[in-house]
Parts: sequence; C-alpha cells; structure tokens
Amino acid sequence: MIYREAGDFSTTYEADSQTFPIKFDRYRYYLVLAIAFGVIPFLVNDYWANAVLVPFLIYAIAAIGLNILTGYCGQVSLGTGGFMAVGAYAAYKLMTAFPDVSIIIHVLLAGGITAGVGVLFGLPSLRIKGFYLAVATLAAQFFLVWLFNRVPWFYNHSASGQISAPERTVIGIPVTGPNTEAWAQYLICLVFVFACAWLARNLTRGKLGRTWMAIRDMDIAAEIIGVNPLAAKLSAFAVSSFFIGIAGALFFAVYLGAVEVGEVFGIQKSFLVLFMIIIGGLGSIFGSFAGAAFLVLLPVLLKNILVGSLGWSTDLAAHFEFVIVGAMIIAFLIMEPHGLAQLWRVAKEKLRLWPFPH
Amino acid sequence: MPDQLLYAMEVTLNGLMAGVLYALVALGFVLIFKASGIFNYAQGVMALFAALTLVGIMDGQVPFAVLINAVFGTEIHNFGWEVPAILAIFLTLLVMCALAWCVQKFVMRHLVNQEPIILFMATIGLAYFLEGFGDLMWGADIKKLDVGLPQGLNDTIDQVTYGWFGYGFFIDNLDIFATVIAAILVIGLTIFSQYSKQGRALRAVADDHQAALSVGISLNYIWVLVWSIAGFVALVAGIMWGTKSGVQFSLSLIALKALPVLMLGGFTSIPGAIVGGLIIGVGEKLFEFLIGPMVGGATENWFAYVLALLFLVFRPQGLFGEKIIERV
Repeated sequence: MIYREAGDFSTTYEADSQTFPIKFDRYRYYLVLAIAFGVIPFLVNDYWANAVLVPFLIYAIAAIGLNILTGYCGQVSLGTGGFMAVGAYAAYKLMTAFPDVSIIIHVLLAGGITAGVGVLFGLPSLRIKGFYLAVATLAAQFFLVWLFNRVPWFYNHSASGQISAPERTVIGIPVTGPNTEAWAQYLICLVFVFACAWLARNLTRGKLGRTWMAIRDMDIAAEIIGVNPLAAKLSAFAVSSFFIGIAGALFFAVYLGAVEVGEVFGIQKSFLVLFMIIIGGLGSIFGSFAGAAFLVLLPVLLKNILVGSLGWSTDLAAHFEFVIVGAMIIAFLIMEPHGLAQLWRVAKEKLRLWPFPH
Repeated sequence: MPDQLLYAMEVTLNGLMAGVLYALVALGFVLIFKASGIFNYAQGVMALFAALTLVGIMDGQVPFAVLINAVFGTEIHNFGWEVPAILAIFLTLLVMCALAWCVQKFVMRHLVNQEPIILFMATIGLAYFLEGFGDLMWGADIKKLDVGLPQGLNDTIDQVTYGWFGYGFFIDNLDIFATVIAAILVIGLTIFSQYSKQGRALRAVADDHQAALSVGISLNYIWVLVWSIAGFVALVAGIMWGTKSGVQFSLSLIALKALPVLMLGGFTSIPGAIVGGLIIGVGEKLFEFLIGPMVGGATENWFAYVLALLFLVFRPQGLFGEKIIERV
C-alpha cells in the first residue's frame, strides 16, 4: 500500500538499469539526502556530531571499503585497522609537507597511497584463500601499526609519538584542528560518504563488481568464463583499501584530531569494521550503512541505559557490550547471514503487498 | 667462547621454551580444526576464561558478583573459603566441558555445512562473547595465579653452564615445566587419537562427516568431546601463561601468536604445531636480538606473521599439512 511499483514503466534501457528503479525508492532516497545535507547541519551540536554522526559516517566509508573486499569479492581481511592507519599517516605527512594544498586532495591522495599498500598486502591472496588469507592480512595489521610506532619519520619526530592534525580550511571554513565547528566536521564527512557510496554502488553493479562477485562465488568457475583472478582480486584490494584509507584519514584529521596509532588503529578496529559488515549485510552498500549505524549507536544506547538509568559502572557496561555484540554476531550468522540489509529487503517485499497479500 | 655467541645461545634456548608455550595454544586450534574443520579463533579467549575461572574458584569468588551487586545493590564478593588447586582445576575442567556443550548446542549445531569462513567469523563472535562473559563473571582486574608451579631461575642449569662456559644461562623453571607438560600432552593426545575408541571415532568424523554418521558415530557427542579437549588444552595453556604473566586480558592475545605457528606447521598436524611453535619462538627471539636493535625493537609483534606470510606464498599448506586439493 505505502510502497508499490504499480505505474512504473521503463521505456528505455537507462530507466530500467538505474540504481533505484522504483519511484517511491527514488524519492525516499532524495528525501534522505535532502535531510542529511539541508536539515541536519543546522541542528547538529557537539555531542551528536562527536558521539554519533561523525563516527557513523566515517565507519560507513570503512565498512563500504571492507564490504567491497569481503562481501563482494569474498576475500576476508583482518587488516582494516592497519590500512586505516596508512590513510591517517599518509594524510598527516601530506598535510604537513604541503600545507598549501587543499585537504580534500590530501584525503584523496591518502586513499590512493593506501590502495597501493593494500595491493601489496593483497598479493598473497593469489595463492591462498579463506581464513589463511584472513590470517595473512593480520600480518599487515601488526606490521603497519609497528611501523608507524617505531619509525620517527612517520610522526615527524614528535616527542610524544602522536600525530595531530593542523588546522586546514575548505573555502575558508576550518574542517580540522581545534576550531572546527560540529556542522563543518559533519558536512565534510558527509560529502566524502556521499561520493564514496555513489562510487561504490556504481562500481559494484558494473563490470568490475560482476567480476568480483564471480570470484567470490567460485573462483575456478570465474576463471573458466574468462575472469582474470589476478586483476579481479588486486583491484578489489585496491578499491577497498582506497575507501578504507579515506576513512582512516578522516578519522584522524576530522574526527579525533590527534592519534596514537596502537590505541586507535589496533586489531580491535579491524574486528569492529568486520562486525559492521556482518551485522549490516555482506555484499550490500546499504548494509554497510546499517551495520555502521548499529555498532556506533549500540554502545551509546547501552551506556545511556546501563550507566545513565540503572547507575552501573562504566566498565561493567563495557563488558556487557562485549557479550551483546558477540552474541549478536553469532545470532546473525545463524539466523540471517545477509544481515540487516536482508531484513530491510524482506520488509520491503512485505510492504509491497501489504495489506492485500494476494 | 665469545660472549655474543653465548648470549645468542641463551636467547635461542629461551626462544625454544617460549615456542613450547605457543605450541601449547596452537595444539588446541589443531584439535578442533582436525575434528570439525573449524578454525577456532576463540581458543585464546578460552584459555583466558579457563584461567579466570580457576582463579575465581580457588579464591572462592562469587560468580557475577559485580553484576549482582549492581542490580540488587548488595555487597557480596567472596564465599569466604579457598579451594585447593587440584580440586579447583577439576572444577574448572567441568566448567570447560559445560562450555563445550553450550557451544555445540547453541552455536555449532546451527552452522553445520556452512562455509569455513562463516564458522571462523562465528568463533570471532564467540571470542567476543566469552571475553565479556568472563569479565562479567569474575571481574576484569589483573589476578595472580599460583597453583604451586616452580618458578624463577633454574640454579642447576645456571651453575652447570657457568662451569662449562664461565657464563650462567638464565632459564626459567616454569618454562622447563611447561616443556615437560607439553611433551606429555602431545604424547597423550596422540595415543588417545590413535588407540582409543573415541579417538578413532574422532578421526573418522574428521575424515568424512557423512560416512562417520552412517556407521553410527554421534556427531554431537564427538564435537562436544573435541571442544572439551580443546577446553582442557586451553586450561593448561591458561595455567602456564597465567602463572607467567598474571591472568589478564592480554592472555587472550596469545591466540594471535598461535596463528602464525599454525600457518607454519600446517593446520592439520599435531607435530606441525610443535615444530612451528619452536621455529616461531626461536625465530622471533633471535630476530629481536640480532636485527631488532637496528630497526627500533619490539619486532616480536609482527615477525611471526611476516615469516608465516612469506611461508604461505611458497607452501600454503604449511610444513606438515596435508596438501590442499581443490576440486570443482
């Protein structure tokens, strides 16, 4: 009733192959964009930006990146934290070396550098697969974090070993550094999220995305129908790392401002992003958003309920969070391996027929 | 002999001992992998959980004391008794068996026939769950574990080597003890899997689930058994590591150390786990000693992984693993 495709007739191939072929979907999408760009920046305050919106947007980029590699191409990676660190440190080195260049270019270049590193660590994927590869990507995680911790050149020989973002502006408005307004933080992240999601969505439904999915479903069969596994796997690693690098650069420059690599980009971050795509839905761009939103909101919610209302201590609430997240991962894997995205799809199917099921 | 060489020898010996401890963790992985094809990431957290439970029972802690206090506003902490180590170890073993049953009942049974990578991610979830659960149950503070194992410098070796080279080797008693225990475990497990009825059933399940079912072997029973044995190995590893460095969160990270060991030794081979552990133990200690100072130290974090990574590129099944054959 409230959701239908009756009256949508495609008369051209373009109309038939667009991302949102149903009119209702398309308008809802425009509405979400309008609210995100036009309404939220005026309402957002420091708490909402720092606790919920900015981390959600940045994790969404990282989740899209990992989803391309794991969900679309089937190569499980546990090196997300390390690749985010590459993005962060690349952005830092570029920002301090070329202060006159726009931060947007720096963030994009940081993504590009991460893509190169990702391809390098993706090389073993040509020989090994499954959890062998997952373990191999752990090598990237540990090695990269160690590298940024131990080689002073990466943190410009600063005494604390930390990196901190200098103030940079976009059209005169500071987006990094201590003087940044909440709405500016939010908006710069939103622009990157929008661009990344658009790019990812169109990549995954094009030729490249199809070769990835062929490799994921069965690599030998894919090879026989003419997919080059070398190109497919390495391009998946490159594109995935590009997004993850952008997420890392934003996480450092816009969100945190100062970073200690072992703490921020440790193995826990890799697992967090992996959990996001499992809960959100493997092989789905919407799922990346849903998973990121879920795992960013869950701790905030638990903290508000357990610590705020029930008066428990914070570490007790933190342990509870571990239990809940762990149980949810298992529950999702057992009951709905395609995650929240699949639940959303099912709900849409139901709504198309509701309230007349026949 | 020059000091440098002697020192390198001492480092090598200590690396061997550390390798034994890695191998101990890796053993648990191999057992579960062989019997059910599941790569159990939660093995390290199981060791932590076992050690936490052991300390908790020995000290007479009330389980979930913090939670109960938070919910009901009470102030309970201890039962006020202490349990002797042997009894506590036995009770912990019972808890680990109960855990094995729960894992089988609530997780693994529902994931039969799924792809290995899904099972792997499920065990990551299990690891998270257990980590939080263990902390909720016994509290998150660092605890001291002392079940009466010998610790500290071994005087005999110190004096003998001093007599030989004029330089006393520092070898920890606990490491020697761990080596002995690991040897006993490996021999025991090998005998168990080769000669006992359950062991034979276990190998049959590993070979082919359906064929095993058709000759009347209960899959459920075998899996509970395997997870219980893995729990037992985790308990042993937990005791060793817990005695060495206290029972705390970092204990669960030894699982991450065991992964490269497995990649070197092969996921399906018990001797492989031992040899892999020794190679990694010696390799990372020697690398830290020889190359570490040149590149800023703390290479132990990643050396094992990079070694294993290089290894994987040339021999994906590991040193002793069965050849990976893929059929369409």
